Formats: sequence, structure tokens, C-alpha cells
Amino acid sequence: MNRRMIQSTVAAVVVGLLPFTLVAETAEEKGLAIAVEADKRDEGFGDSTANMTMELRNKQGDSSTRYIRIKTLEVIGDGDKSMSIFDEPADVKGTAFLTFSHAIKPDEQWLYLPALKRVKRINSKNKSGPFMGSEFAYEDIASQEVEKYTYKYLRDETLNGIDCFVIERYPAYKHSGYTRQVAWINKAEYRPEKVVFYDRKNSLLKTLTYDGYQQYLDKFWRADQMNMENHQSGKSTTLTWSNYQFRTGLEDRDFNKNSLKRAK
Amino acid sequence: MVELYTQLIIRWRYVVVLLTLATVMVIGYGAQKLSFSNDYRMFFGTDNPQLLAFEKMQNTFNKNDNILFVITPKDGRVFSVDTLTAVKDITEEAWQIPFSTRVDSITNHQHTAAEEDDLVVDDLVPDPSILTGEDLYRIQSIAVNEPMMVRRLISPDSKYTGINVTVQLPGKKLDEVPSAVAYARDMKAKYMEKYPQLEIRLVGLTMMNNAFPEASQDDAKNLYPLALGFIIITLLLMLKGLSGTLTTFLMIIFSIITAMGLAGWLGIRLSPPVMSAPIMVLTMAIADAVHLLVTMKHEMHLGKNKVDAMVESMRINFWPIFVTTLTTVLGFLSLNFSDAPPFHDLGNIAAMGVAAAFIYSITFLPALITILPARSTREVTGKYAMGHFGDFVIRNYRKLLVASSLVVIVLVAMVPKNELNDVFVEYFDTTIDFRLDSDYAAENLTGVYYIDFSLGTGESGGISDPQYLKNADKFVQYLRAQHEVIHVFSLTDIFKRLNKNMHGDDPAWYKLPDDRNLAAQYLLLYEMSLPYGLDLNNQIDVGKTATKIAITLKTLSSNEVLALEERISAWLKQNMPELEGNGTSPTVMFAHLGKRNINSMLIGTTVALFLISMVLIVFFRSLRYGLISLLPNLLPAAAAFGIWGLFVGQVGIALSVVTGMTLGIVVDDTVHFMSKYLRARREKGFNAEQAVHYAFNSVGIALLVTSVVLIAGFMIMAQSHFELNAGMGLLTSVVIALALAIDFMLLPPLLIKLEENGEKKV
Repeated sequence: MNRRMIQSTVAAVVVGLLPFTLVAETAEEKGLAIAVEADKRDEGFGDSTANMTMELRNKQGDSSTRYIRIKTLEVIGDGDKSMSIFDEPADVKGTAFLTFSHAIKPDEQWLYLPALKRVKRINSKNKSGPFMGSEFAYEDIASQEVEKYTYKYLRDETLNGIDCFVIERYPAYKHSGYTRQVAWINKAEYRPEKVVFYDRKNSLLKTLTYDGYQQYLDKFWRADQMNMENHQSGKSTTLTWSNYQFRTGLEDRDFNKNSLKRAK
Repeated sequence: MVELYTQLIIRWRYVVVLLTLATVMVIGYGAQKLSFSNDYRMFFGTDNPQLLAFEKMQNTFNKNDNILFVITPKDGRVFSVDTLTAVKDITEEAWQIPFSTRVDSITNHQHTAAEEDDLVVDDLVPDPSILTGEDLYRIQSIAVNEPMMVRRLISPDSKYTGINVTVQLPGKKLDEVPSAVAYARDMKAKYMEKYPQLEIRLVGLTMMNNAFPEASQDDAKNLYPLALGFIIITLLLMLKGLSGTLTTFLMIIFSIITAMGLAGWLGIRLSPPVMSAPIMVLTMAIADAVHLLVTMKHEMHLGKNKVDAMVESMRINFWPIFVTTLTTVLGFLSLNFSDAPPFHDLGNIAAMGVAAAFIYSITFLPALITILPARSTREVTGKYAMGHFGDFVIRNYRKLLVASSLVVIVLVAMVPKNELNDVFVEYFDTTIDFRLDSDYAAENLTGVYYIDFSLGTGESGGISDPQYLKNADKFVQYLRAQHEVIHVFSLTDIFKRLNKNMHGDDPAWYKLPDDRNLAAQYLLLYEMSLPYGLDLNNQIDVGKTATKIAITLKTLSSNEVLALEERISAWLKQNMPELEGNGTSPTVMFAHLGKRNINSMLIGTTVALFLISMVLIVFFRSLRYGLISLLPNLLPAAAAFGIWGLFVGQVGIALSVVTGMTLGIVVDDTVHFMSKYLRARREKGFNAEQAVHYAFNSVGIALLVTSVVLIAGFMIMAQSHFELNAGMGLLTSVVIALALAIDFMLLPPLLIKLEENGEKKV
């Protein structure tokens, strides 16, 4: 490179950076802004129901499938309420799981056991453990309130032809199993395309990829498939979603301890 | 032919020396690629059935290499605020150990209890600082009565506790093990300083993996200088001249560099067995040089100049050296039949080194020795003593034949006294921390050896079936009744505890749930309550078709492990034939290794024996003498194993390769003795007695000296802190000593006797 080329390169870089310096937005602010925008775009869905198939695989190539129905109620100003009803395996059929997720305070969780005909409260400190033996922790599929993390914008990147923001988020939750997550957020639609999880010692743990996004009510994006791969154990889990319904008329009283017993 | 060749070498001696240097540098450059293997799995071939079973188990559940912190409070009280605070601290930081995936201790044990109508799942010790004496007592009684913890994480007397860190190595880079171990050692140092009332020891499979390169480096540091000092002294004593010593020394070093360089280029990993290759090459290479230089000096003493003396020496020694090199190489190559890859590497490196020593002996050595100044010195002493000894043998050949045969027969009869044993912790001697700490852990807290059983139903969700649980529980009870078993880790204990918790902690309900749905739902509830890293995925497979039952064992010999494994398998087959039960673990793998290796080495040794015999038949140009020579070649190893049986009695994988390996070495003695004997009979027309006398006179002293050198070299190996190398070195020394004895006291009487019995034709 000759001297003139160096000079012009430097000039180009400086000029290119000018807009950013003028806005003076920090990486943290930009990361937060992206999360807020994503949250905003998902606002107003009211309630939804869907069927979920969960397929677990181990390194040996064995696999196992569970069927779950999920109902969600949007709560304005706080985390959503959700109910999961297990259909298979047969020996846990009718077991139902109720969660009130909260922005700041710990989530509340209950499990209804039909064999015991009892509702049991679950220690929500433990939501970073595996969900039904899968590679998903409950915190991976729970509603993603903005306040559950702090953020930092890293860079722009194209992922499989999709323009994305790459942001890093740090769990605010003390007992989280992660130090950080790196998320690829679709620039056009503000939906996650990929999330990489780092464990407590900041080593690569899992990668979650979203496939087959569909738009409902001309607004809300839901992925048909979520694939979680554990890089440390070699195990993986695929969630396949179907039969999404929105605004089905669910109400607050469909999400309490009594409704749990009736869930089936 | 050889004369012409030698004259050419000497004419171009400067070129030869330079070419040798260049070759050594190019090949030796490969040594930079050498790296240390730090995975005990290196001892198993990729198709080893026990390894495959173990890998299947790991792929179904989780890998469970581990580092166990063994913690000893000096005041003997684990259940004090101080100790528990330290344990909690260490537990928390242990999650930061590179590649750790799980940490289990008495403080983060997921204790379950009924609270009103709910199931509370929480750390047994969430906050040690607020504990009262009463709390401590309650925690202690929970811990020592919890079958998941007692004798695993807490000693029954509450004096020792353990923190078990599960380590899941990706197996991609060689620095994985050292980085995990370095972190754990830093923690140990840090916490012993922070909590001076504690002693901390580190054991577990990851520590063992790390001990392999450490033992290797230890060998390099301690044994190599010893070996180098040994050759210098030996050469000075035998050659009595600086030129010869320097030339031979360089030749030996070049041979070692060539062997290790080639190993590097071939991508061979350094393992403790491989570390003995340089010492073996060094020991073997001395003989080639000594034969050449002693003859040269002898010729110079007779008045030849150094060039003519070297040419004559080459003429006399070329073929014997070639043949002994060939047989030694064949012997080392037989190690490729071993079931354990590190011994392939050892055999191949030693074979390359011995071959290199031969090549340098017939190129570099004559070239350099004729460049350096040389003067004639006095002859090797002791020649006449040897002649007298030969006469003694001839006079008493009948008595000797009977006596030697008897001794050999008695010794061979002792071979069955050897018991197969590959107990991997005992691969390291008691100067190595890993061994000491493992022994300490086994004595005070828990066992180092274990077997994992996968108990499978073949049915999805089948582990909640009451019949399965009943069977599993019966199996666990059976295991706990075995005197070899220290601890049994089983899901059935969790089921019982949950059932009790769900009935308001009523001890009467400490039993298995008798309804499948109930059991499955308990399990679901419990799983949903477990925190990050402390899940059940290491005990239950994805389809909930099988559970893993892990038993920890006392320190057992391989035979005891095999017997236990067989007994348990038979019990399972008889009592619950509908279940698939398979036991596997490194303990089981190593227990099978010795036997598998002996079987594979039997083939290897037979092949080597056959090839070496063919070489001898061709070299002696006689089928008869080729076959006679089998006896002095085979008997030393057999008799040595008899001595071993008498005094040690334990053989493992390392010793199973000794027969094949020494075959190629002990044959050298026979080659020299028989070739002189045959020359006397054929060229000089001597009868058997005269020929024996001649053979004693001409090679007796050389055989004695080379044997002493070999024995000394292998005795250096026997000083290794890695027991595999030490045992191999010691047994090889014994074999070589016996070979000499047999060549001197059994072979000559036998030759005379056979002569008497007829066939005069040679």
C-alpha cells in the first residue's frame, strides 16, 4: 500500500464513522433499543395457543418425542402468563404447568400432577435447569421481557442472507445458567434468527436456531421450528410448533391454580 | 563386497559425515511435532470392545471424566461453619474449571423436603454463615444418611468430604486436560491458603490423564541423564579412547534423534511407554559400535593401520550386526500385535532407532573414526578367564545339562503363579502425587474405581414402571451386599425420597411409588425443580428407557474386577432376564486389557519367533541349528516369567509385550555363539567340544559385556516412576540375564549332547 492509499483509507474510515459519533449512541443503548423495538413489535397479540412437539436426541442417535400444548396470555406491563399441558409421554398425560413470568421479580410456577390430583408450586430459582430433560432450559422458552437482560450491540452481520443486528445480552437473573447470550436479530422484522449461549464459565454451550418463521395477524412472527444444539454434551432438541391460534378469547381466569386442574 | 563398500565409505568419509549430519537434522526436525498424549483412552485400540461399550454408555448418558477435590478439615469436622463455608466457596468456583459441566458437593446437594403441600428442592447448605449448632447437626444427619452422598461425597464419620467436578472434554486439543488441571491446582493452592484449616487433594480420571504426560516428562528428566552418563562411562571403560567414545556417543545420539524425529513426522504421540524408546535404542546401539570398534582395535594391535583395521572389522562384523539388527527389529515390530496402541508406538520407534543405529554404524561410524586420531591400546582383558569357564562347562556338560534343565523347568513351572493385573492407579508409583492422593481418597472417602451399569427396559418411559423400579431396587440391594462395593448411585433412592416428601416427609413412605403415572409425574416435578447443571441427564437417557446405576469399588485387582463383573452379569441374567444390563467403565476396560493383550501378543510373539527362526536358519544355513537355537531364545522369557511369578506375581499389559520384544534381543547372543561354533565345526573341522571351547574363547567375553550393558540399560528403565516402564525394564533385564546364563550353561552342553547322540553332519 502506498502512502496515498493509506491516507485515503483513513479518511474514508473517519468519514464513515462520523454519523455514529454524531448520534453518540453507546453500544449498550443501541442493544437496548433493539430489544425494546423487538418487544414492541410483539405487543398486542392478546393470547395464543399452539401445539408443540419436542424431539430429544443424544449423541448415540437415540431420540424421544414429547407432545405439549401451550396457551399464552399477554400481560401488559408485566411478563406473560402461560400454561403447558403435556399430552405425551402417556405417563405424564394431563400434567399441566403454569407460569407467571415477571419482569423483575422471580417467575412463579406451578405444576399439576393428575396422578396425585394436586397442584405443586415449583421453586423458580431453578428455571435454568433442563425443561423436561431437553436441551432447552425454561428460561430459553419463557417470555423474553426486556428487563430480564442488559444489552450490548455488537455489530451488523448477514446470517443466511438475512441482515441482522448482533447483540449480546446478559441475564439479570442471579441463578441463570448463562453468563451471556449472543443473539442475531432480523433487522427488518426484529425477530431472533439465532442465539448462542455461553455457560457460567463463559464457554460456548448451546446454539438455538429458528426456522420457518410465519407471520400471524399480519404482525406477529412465530417460528415453526426451534433447534437447540448442546455443543458440550452433543445432545440436541428440536421444538416443532403447529396450529398457532391468536386471540382465542383466553382470560386471566384460564391461568390460575384451579384452571390447572381442569386443563387436560 | 563389504571391504569394497567400506573402502568407499572411508574414501568419501568427509562427505559421509556431512550427509549424516544433514540427514539427522532433517529427520530430527520432526521431533518438534511430538506432543504428549493425555488421555487414558490411548491404551485402547479404536475397535476395543470394552472401549466401544464405554463410549456407547457415555453417548447415551453423559461423559463422566472427573476431578474430585478431597477435603480434610484438620480439626476432623466437616460439619462446622468454617468447613462448610469453604466447601461452598470451592463448589461455586469449581463451575469455572475449564470444561466442567457439573459440580456436586454436600453444599449444593439438591435436598428435597415437604413444606406444607409443596415440594421444596434446594441446596442442602444455601448459606453456611447463618448455621447454628442445631442446623449443623441436622445437615450432618441428612448427609450421612443420604445414600447418594455417603461414601461418595461424605465419609460416614464426617471427617472427609469431596467435591466432584464432572469434566466434559471436547477432545479436540491437547491443552484441554492441562488447562482443567492447572485451574484445579490453582484453586487448591488458593483455598488452602484462604482456609489453612483444610487439606485439599485432587484425584479423578482427569487428574490421571494429566499424570501420564507428567510421568513421561518425569522419566525424561530423571532417566535420560542417567542413561547418558551410563553410555559415556560404559564406552570409556570398554573402548579406552576418546575418539571411539565420541564417535559412538554421536552415533547413538543420532540414532535416538532419528527415531524420535521419524516418530514426530509420523504423528506419533508421546506416552509413558514411548518414553522408554530412547533408552532402549541407546542400549541396543552400544552393541553395534562396540563390536566394530573392539575388532578394529584388535586389528590395530596386530599392526594394521586404522583404515585397514576398520575394513577388516567391517568384514568380520557386518553380517552378524546386520542379522542381530534384523532380529531385534522383528522383535520390536511384534509389539504391533499388542492391543494397546502406545506399545505399537514404542515398538515402531525402537525398531526405527535400532535400524538407524545399524545404518549409522556402517556409514557414519567408520567415516568419523578414520577422521579422528586413533592409536592402538591394549586388548580387552578377561579372555583367558572365559576360556577357563568354557572348559569347565565342557568338563561338566552332563551335570550342567541336567542342572540347568531342572532349574529352567522349575522356573517355567512358576509361570502360572503370575496373576493378571492392570489397576490403572498403580501404573504410577508412590512418588507421584496422583497415586498418593488416590490411595488417600480410597482409604478415607470413596473408591477410585467404578463400574456403570445401564439398566434398560427397551420401552419409552419404561423407567417409571413399578416393576422396573422394583427390579432396579432389587439390583441395587444386591450390589450393596457385595463386599467389593463401596457405594451405589441409583435413581431408585431419589424415587423413594420423593415419595416420602410427597407424603409430608413421613418415613413410612420411604419406598418406591407403585403407580407408573405417579412415578413419572414425581420425576417430572423433580426434574423441573432442579437447577442448572444438576439435572438427571447423567442418570436417565433421553427416552427414559434406561437408568444408569453407578457402583464405586474398593481397590481391586483386575481379576477381582472381572470376577465381580461376571458375577453381577450372571445375577442380572438370572434374576431379571427381561432387562438389558451392561456394565462398563475405565476400570472394566483396563481389567480386560491385560488378558486381551496377552492373547494378541501370543500371536505377535509367534509371528516374530517364526520370522526370527527363518532368519537364523538362513544365516546358519542349517535347519537343524536354526531349530536348536529356538530353545535358548524362548526359554529365557519363560524362565523370567517364572522368577517374576515367584517374587512379584503380578503381570499387566506392559509385561505381556516383553517376550516378543526380548526375543529379538536375546537371539543376538545365540547368533554370536552359534556362528562361532559353526565356523569352528565347518571351517576348522573341530568336534563339538573343541568348537564350544572356540566359541567361548572368541565371543564369550563380548557376550558377557554386551549382556551387562543391556541389563544395565534396562535397569535404568526400571527406575521409572511409571510402573509399566519400570516393570518392563526389570523383567527385560531378568530375561537378558537368563539368556546369557542359558547360552553359557545350557546351550553348549546341549550342543555336545546332541552331537553325541548321532548325527555328525553339520
